[in-house]
Amino acid sequence: MPENNIQKRSMSGFMNHHFIVSPSPHLHSGDSVSKNMYGVLIALVPAFLVAIYTFGLGALVVTGTSVAACLVFEYLIQRYLIKGENSITDGSALLTGVLLAFNLPSNLPLWIVIPGALFAIGVAKMPFGGLGNNLFNPALAGRVFLLISFPAQMTTWPVAHAANRFSTVDVETGATHLAVLKGYLPGDSLHLIDLFYGKMGGSLGEISALALLIGLAYLLMRKIITWHIPVSIFASVVLFAFLMGADPVQHLFSGGLMLGAIFMATDYVTSPMTPKGMLIYGASIGLLTMLIRLYGAYPEGVSFAILLMNGVTPILNTYCKPKRFGEVVKHG
Amino acid sequence: MDFFPFKKYTSRSFRIGGIHPPECKLSAGNPIVALSPPETAVIPIVQSLGIPSSPVVKKGDRVKVGTLIARSNGFVSANIHSSVSGIVRKIDEITDQSGYLRTAIFIDVEGDEWSEEIDRSEELVKEIKLSPREIIGVIEKNGIVGLGGATFPTHIKLTPPAGMTAEVLVINAVECEPYLTSDHRLMLEKSDEILVGIELLMKAAQVKKAVIGIEDNKADAIRLFSEKVRHYTGIEVVALKVQYPQGSEKHLIDAILHRQVGSGQLPVSVGAVVQNVGTAFAVYEAVQKNKPLVERVVTISGKSVHRPSNLLVRVGTPIRQLIDAAGGLPEDTGKIIVGGPMMGKAVVNMEIPVVKGCSGVLLMPSLESQRTKMKPCIRCSRCVQVCPMGLEPYLLGAAGELSLWDRAEHERVMDCIECGCCSFTCPANRPLVDFIRLCKAKAGAIIRARK
Amino acid sequence: MNIILLSTLLLAAIGGISAVILNVVARRFQVDEDDRVRLIEEILPAANCGGCGYPGCRGFAEACVKASTLAGLRCPVGGDELMAKVGAMLGVAAPTSVQMIAVVRCNGTCDHRPKINRYDGAQSCAVESMLYGGDTGCSYGCLSHGDCVKACRFDAIYINRETLLPEVIEDKCTACGACVKACPKTIIEMRKKGPGSRRIFVNCVNKDKGAVSRKACSVSCIACGKCQQACNYNAITLSDNLAYIDYNMCSLCRACVEVCPTSAIAELNFPAKKRQESVD
Repeated sequence: MPENNIQKRSMSGFMNHHFIVSPSPHLHSGDSVSKNMYGVLIALVPAFLVAIYTFGLGALVVTGTSVAACLVFEYLIQRYLIKGENSITDGSALLTGVLLAFNLPSNLPLWIVIPGALFAIGVAKMPFGGLGNNLFNPALAGRVFLLISFPAQMTTWPVAHAANRFSTVDVETGATHLAVLKGYLPGDSLHLIDLFYGKMGGSLGEISALALLIGLAYLLMRKIITWHIPVSIFASVVLFAFLMGADPVQHLFSGGLMLGAIFMATDYVTSPMTPKGMLIYGASIGLLTMLIRLYGAYPEGVSFAILLMNGVTPILNTYCKPKRFGEVVKHG
Repeated sequence: MDFFPFKKYTSRSFRIGGIHPPECKLSAGNPIVALSPPETAVIPIVQSLGIPSSPVVKKGDRVKVGTLIARSNGFVSANIHSSVSGIVRKIDEITDQSGYLRTAIFIDVEGDEWSEEIDRSEELVKEIKLSPREIIGVIEKNGIVGLGGATFPTHIKLTPPAGMTAEVLVINAVECEPYLTSDHRLMLEKSDEILVGIELLMKAAQVKKAVIGIEDNKADAIRLFSEKVRHYTGIEVVALKVQYPQGSEKHLIDAILHRQVGSGQLPVSVGAVVQNVGTAFAVYEAVQKNKPLVERVVTISGKSVHRPSNLLVRVGTPIRQLIDAAGGLPEDTGKIIVGGPMMGKAVVNMEIPVVKGCSGVLLMPSLESQRTKMKPCIRCSRCVQVCPMGLEPYLLGAAGELSLWDRAEHERVMDCIECGCCSFTCPANRPLVDFIRLCKAKAGAIIRARK
Repeated sequence: MNIILLSTLLLAAIGGISAVILNVVARRFQVDEDDRVRLIEEILPAANCGGCGYPGCRGFAEACVKASTLAGLRCPVGGDELMAKVGAMLGVAAPTSVQMIAVVRCNGTCDHRPKINRYDGAQSCAVESMLYGGDTGCSYGCLSHGDCVKACRFDAIYINRETLLPEVIEDKCTACGACVKACPKTIIEMRKKGPGSRRIFVNCVNKDKGAVSRKACSVSCIACGKCQQACNYNAITLSDNLAYIDYNMCSLCRACVEVCPTSAIAELNFPAKKRQESVD
């Protein structure tokens, strides 16, 4: 390799020591992109365990397929279309696969999961420039694409804790709590404690608020995310639910709100960079979610709310600046 | 019962951002040892901010320790005195810590003869006989510059511009950079002299109050000084949280006085004059002992160094001599840094001479010296969270890469203090400070051209 | 009313009103300008490189129309041919000037200029030159990170993988000057192209004393003065330990190339002479 030859030749130069010279700072915290991505994956483990317990084989298969598809598509696109460096080991495609799966019903046919992954990676992430440059959350974009393209399959959920969930026999389908709240489907209103622990139907990852909150605690403890976005979303949902005459706590714990607020809205690339921006972002997501849930056609509004606010993030970054050192009240 | 009253020391800190790198104060327990003068002293003529000094000696001149060898050359400039006795060999160029060839005075050392005016006794001289103006005159004559690293000529800092008055003297005894312990040891061993130096500075700046800021990890110094300041009026000690960059002038003022210096303003605009504790000691020696600034305490440290030490070094000593005194160059050395690891400069060889602003020499093992390859920005906003000036480093770094100098200026790049918190934290290993420095240079040139 | 009819009429009405508003606004806010500006802009290369000294091709077109003569106005990309067309359009004489080309004046390859330390900062020449003199003993030489390559809008310069020095592609270089401005070491210079693209130049910008620069690089200029003595046209000056060939006085006779002891003077596009060593 030419590098080695250069080193060998210059070693006989008049200086014995080849010191490394670089600008300051000369220390680094040791943090890396992979550490953060794998940290988020660890935070998702409780929710994944609940998903397997509740939905059985379907959860494993859908998650596995989604992850494999995302990794394969990212590799193929980087190798053959972009012809750039391979980055599938940084954990972001893996995370997109898991989050996409967590937004899908566990009985979704695999021939639908794969195009979802293709859309998430191939349309929402890579064409914008890969990691760091996408405007919209890839997992959510994939999910919304599937919802619009395959509405029937995306809105039939398996019954929770079905007896045959660990076998390959098809599971019976049932309603989600939000659909019941909206009056679309008949069913009983659930007790709060069931909502909290997750004794209900829904997408893979969204059912147990407790598992997701454990994940939030882990993320906050490891300083992977800050409190601003999840807290502002929860506060906003509670406030607007109350103002619009709905039960705030029911709305807080049902549907994809917990999953969305903790894992989807806090995605680094698509959320604002400053505390002020994050609070506005979170509050608006809460408001939009409640509007869609109560006045819109869909029973679930979190995905759309987050995607809409992803589009607003650049302008929040431009106008919401951090508190400057020595700032006088009037703008200079 | 020897019980350290923790509740008295509520640790204050600056309000925005900051990081906590590992402290690595390996040499903190090692007393100061004087290093013998070098065989050839190489004294650069650039040892302060501002204009380089002009040599007043020529080849063949005989000098003693304390002889003036270069004169201050303008408003922001300082005198330089010989730190050795011997004969001037030549005035030539050497690569110094700037990385470029700079003019320096080469002196072949013979013996160790000191100038007669200098009082070399160890006796403490407490009485202050001079007026404020006279004190400033002596400081200027003896070439005292800020020893925290910035090397700003002290006599200029003590004369505030028209319209501004100083209220408080803040003594920077923070030493927030990892590895460095020279200020710490100086405080433990020369506390009385430092306090007289502080009194001199108070008189010169015409203030009634002085605050000494010390970081929590120097509990022995906090204890010692808290005890001693009882015998002085107007001086108090404040313990500060171990947070980087606590020792930055502006952030120290924020932590101690709870006032933030505005963008582009001087600290004296909020009534504060900040001086490093080493400078206070140099002022004592200059005024009470008539000794110019010719030597200083330098920490030599590093994870593989055999004997991390605090050495009293003559200006002009090549760092090779310090490395030898600490047990020689470790096998695995990858980088030599002059200064601290966050803001110091990596140097190209071991012949670099020690100058007035050199507070430490670090030998970094080669595994730690190499940067990890950078990845694209993932917009995690950690750089925004840690920036102590409240800036957006990701944006400024991108502006630097894309040459958008106007945008950078608009986003307040000139406020950046180049502390390195952003590059330290970035998970994508982006060299943010490299590009921000470039922005500052280019934007600064544009601003100056506008005037 | 039938819903289809109603929607159609409504849409038609919206379209019609929008058309009227747009038409009125377009007329009301129309900017009067000399049509020649647009015509000239159309024949310009549309590279917006700034080589003419004006903000983009539009700026240059406006300047041409405003000025009474074309003296001092030249598009280096289009050259004499283009200026003749512009002149014809405006009815004035077109200026002709000498075609220039970017010349890289450093020959510090890894063989000639050994490395004495390793640079590990951001891969940008501007950043490295702010930090120190570079990873060799010569603090004036090329840093090889390619700031010049990034600045070029015509893909006319690239870094040679073997020598780690920039090389100019003759046919593509338009002498716009972007690379000259981008280089923090001012290694690149605009020089006259010469007949058959020939040129002779001192391939070094090192201003250190001869002994120092020779130690750092085996093909550096040591300012010995032999070239100046050999030149019969007074084209060579020596200052700051560096020789410089004035391209207006140089007759391309190659006398200096032969006498240089360090082979620091380069000749490009000459037929090979019968000599033992060739200048690299």
